Amino acid sequence: MATLARPTRRRPDGARLRLPDWLLPWLSVLGVLVLFDVLPRIGVLPSRHFPPISKTLGTLGDQLTQSSFWDAVGSTLEGWALGLGVAAALAIPLGIVIGSSRLLYRSVRALIEFLRPIPSVALIPLAILIYGSGLKSTVFLAAFASFWQLIVQVLYGVQDVDPVATDTARSFGFSRTQRLLRVTLPSSVPYIATGLRIASAVSLILTVTAELVIGSSGLGKAITEARSGGDVQLMYALIITTGVLGVLLNTIFVQGERRVLHWHPSQRDSRGAAA
Amino acid sequence: MSARRERLLGSGLEIFVPLALLVLWGVLSAGSTTYYFPPLTDIFTAFKDNWLFSRVGSDVVPSLTRMFAGLGIAIVVGVVAGLLLGLSRRARLAADPILEFLRAIPPPALLPFAILVVGVGDGMKIFIIALVCLWPILLNTIDGVTGVDPTLRETTRVYGVPRGDRMWRVMLPAASPQIFAGLRTSLSLALILMVISEMVASTNGIGYFVLQSQRTFAIPEMWSGIFLLGILGYTFNAGLVLIERRVLRWHRGARASALG
Repeated sequence: MATLARPTRRRPDGARLRLPDWLLPWLSVLGVLVLFDVLPRIGVLPSRHFPPISKTLGTLGDQLTQSSFWDAVGSTLEGWALGLGVAAALAIPLGIVIGSSRLLYRSVRALIEFLRPIPSVALIPLAILIYGSGLKSTVFLAAFASFWQLIVQVLYGVQDVDPVATDTARSFGFSRTQRLLRVTLPSSVPYIATGLRIASAVSLILTVTAELVIGSSGLGKAITEARSGGDVQLMYALIITTGVLGVLLNTIFVQGERRVLHWHPSQRDSRGAAA
Repeated sequence: MSARRERLLGSGLEIFVPLALLVLWGVLSAGSTTYYFPPLTDIFTAFKDNWLFSRVGSDVVPSLTRMFAGLGIAIVVGVVAGLLLGLSRRARLAADPILEFLRAIPPPALLPFAILVVGVGDGMKIFIIALVCLWPILLNTIDGVTGVDPTLRETTRVYGVPRGDRMWRVMLPAASPQIFAGLRTSLSLALILMVISEMVASTNGIGYFVLQSQRTFAIPEMWSGIFLLGILGYTFNAGLVLIERRVLRWHRGARASALG
């Protein structure tokens, strides 16, 4: 196999003319930045809708020194953290209890399958009615949406426990609680970690949605205000901020997963593709 | 308890528990005077009045047209671009940081951008749905193509299968299980973005109806809209699972025989 593949690859000495691989990502980022700076300036893209990216980044730089910007980031992070926290506090214990009992799992499976695909945004009006237009609504929506992502993963995790391990523990006289703490929980941790990473992204999405639609304070509201106020550069600067936030949170979870799960086979090839 | 009896009891519970909860909701809410939680029968009446079928033409059809138009564009662009990027490792390296960043932006944050650039009409909604649904399909297609068995790749090349055929008859089918995984994510995103885009700027559609009902304090109507969205979400999901089973029947068969 390897002998077949080798001749088709270029030899390293031929690569001298080509750009080295590590340069490619940087070049493409630079290329996109230059493109979005030059195209609006020479009028290919309407600068009314697409200000040159250097100006947008300048606006972003200004924002970094303003407390209103950090307030918005703080509110968004608060909604994200509370939403994820509430979802985790409910979904992890519930998932473990339901997953450990076959009959309990069968009785709620249809219910979960029915409730899970309901777009949580459909509940926005209900949230406004019950909780008003503040942080509570945001947290309710974020928690509701992330709950389903998380509980499904926890259920998979609990059911994926190696039966040999459970039986061994049982025959060695481990009590129910000991089995739960020593066998079930550790082996479902990779699933819980994946669930948390997905739930974190969902929680951020719903937080921004709530801010956008309901108007509770945060980045989403700031983006809408920037658009309706005609401050296009600010709007783009804030959208970029949400993207940076998304990347950061995802990186934190991937790194955390790697730390906590260094013993697990899924992490051994260091690609970070969990379960 | 025998396995057979346990299975019977299990399926019984699976049907019985959700029904029991629905009945419980009906009983508890009967004669309810709590404003936010009207009797279930009122919600059903509102559902019948609105969705069977007086508002189907005016709200449901426009909503779903926009949703599937957006999703369709995302599928075509995502699969084609994914196949191309999947074939070139260097193109993938170059595109990676940009894709990762765009994917990390919470989709609704792009809504004001879409309104600014495309306006508030149907075009904006289709645009935002397509833009957001693109990433899961694109990234999964790339993963699927790069994950194609190297032996298969080399064999088709050695046997001189033309590039186009290699793409459509080898790469695409081999990547399709992954593409379907992306499609499932995109389908729920499409429904979500359909609702949000209608809540923010629209004069018709299911999302518009639900929010408008809440603003005019037509609570049973609001609940009926939420029910409809739930039913739609469930139906689309189930429909996709069925399609996936049909399209990927060969895949399941191949895997089963490889494992057995």
